[in-house]
Amino acid sequence: MTLLDSFLTRAALAGVGTALAAAPLGCFVVWRRMAYFGDATAHAAILGVALALALDISIFGGALLVALAMATLVSTLSGRGYAMDTLLGVMAHSALAIGLVAVSFLSGVRIDLMAYLFGDILAVSRTDLLVIWIGAALVLALLAWRWSALLTATLNPDLAHAAGIDPRREQLVLTFALAVVVAVAIKVVGVLLIAALLIIPAAAARAFADTPERMGVFAALIGVTSALVGLWASYTFDTPTGPSIVCVAALCFVLAGIARLATRQKA
Amino acid sequence: MSLVETRHLGVDLGGKTVLQGVDFRIDPGEIVTVVGPNGSGKSTLLRLIVGAVAPSRGTITRKPGLRIGYVPQKLHIDPTLPMTVMRFLGLPRRVARRAADEALRRAGAEGLADRQMTDLSGGQFQRVMLARALLSAPELLILDEPTQGLDQPGSAAFYRRIDEVRAELGCAVLMVSHELHVVMAASDRVICLNGHVCCEGAPEHVASAPEYRALFGTGTQGALALYRHEHNHSHDHAHGHGHDHGHDHKHGHEAAE
Repeated sequence: MTLLDSFLTRAALAGVGTALAAAPLGCFVVWRRMAYFGDATAHAAILGVALALALDISIFGGALLVALAMATLVSTLSGRGYAMDTLLGVMAHSALAIGLVAVSFLSGVRIDLMAYLFGDILAVSRTDLLVIWIGAALVLALLAWRWSALLTATLNPDLAHAAGIDPRREQLVLTFALAVVVAVAIKVVGVLLIAALLIIPAAAARAFADTPERMGVFAALIGVTSALVGLWASYTFDTPTGPSIVCVAALCFVLAGIARLATRQKA
Repeated sequence: MSLVETRHLGVDLGGKTVLQGVDFRIDPGEIVTVVGPNGSGKSTLLRLIVGAVAPSRGTITRKPGLRIGYVPQKLHIDPTLPMTVMRFLGLPRRVARRAADEALRRAGAEGLADRQMTDLSGGQFQRVMLARALLSAPELLILDEPTQGLDQPGSAAFYRRIDEVRAELGCAVLMVSHELHVVMAASDRVICLNGHVCCEGAPEHVASAPEYRALFGTGTQGALALYRHEHNHSHDHAHGHGHDHGHDHKHGHEAAE
């Protein structure tokens, strides 16, 4: 019984840590219309997983490096004459396909592939938990430190310049934070659903928020609720955990939308 | 000492030369207006001074520690980004409510502090942007077509307000405008730009300069008539030099009124 408690506790803590970091970062992803950017970075991480397994380094490290490379590549290519959504569509799915092909070359990994695509939160170890919480704390600290500058740069790059803020540096901060969140979230929801953890809580929080800060806080609350309720549902109904978490987040989004419509009609 | 001074400044954007050989300066307390056809590099010059664009050639010198208040030409706030006026005023540095209210009053946007930015009308939005620019106690206020989308009385009121702000704060003002007659009357100095400085000086001087009339001669007869009657009948000369820009501008200008 204690064993059961402890793996569920570890799973809950992993989910909460990831949601806490992903939700406020997800607000910037939504505000800056970077949804596909998040997708491309997350999908590229499967290539990092393959590399990590082949080179026998930590999965987290491999995913972080490749996610960082992908995010930097996309940032560099943006505004160079390609339509951004086309470019990201090409890169997101190519990275995923290349990663899947690369994994297939490794013997004995095929069984584990589902774990990297959809997460395996119930198998989170103490070390994983430590990595997740260090990563989440790093992202939250970075966002808190750069919050005003990030917001100003998000609003308008020229306005940022006039206030002595370099928007390109802020873009790099977001790129780095995104790579870290992707790397820590693989274990929790898997590469295919990371973007959902970023975007859905933020989108649901928009309905209730009147300032960017409140939207960040609401998004974090919705993200944490989704993680815990999703975990409970997965345990109770024997459903896959990562997708269950995303389903709860999606439900929150729908309820938030209905609540917003209802209050509007009253007003 | 000048607040900003440029020497032989050139800017290339996307392989195209946008500005070439620009010598520009602005002194404390001056109101300088930049006029010129579409694509003449007006906004680029402002963005250069703000620091958003780097010069390709030449030099730009800013007074050390220069405080710039900037009102960009367009500011699109994504509907997914909730933003009250109060929070907008506090970017990037938070401000006290009292200071925010004072800046809003100065800018003619009293009582808007708790509204959402996306709910404001065009005129209110412009005045809130002005209030935000004022909060940094600027030595140089930079406005890029601040009255775009405002009607005639609205933009006239806006320029009067700029003049009051200058008088109260003693800041220099640098602006781009299409509304030549209104703006020229409100400026100490006018710079006519078309990739390079065509002509500059006191408004009367610029309005009668052949370079200026070549660019705007056909488009601003009525406007110039308000301004200087004796030049009303020399437009044949201007027409000979007329660029297509002049016509484009004319239509845009009339539509704006």
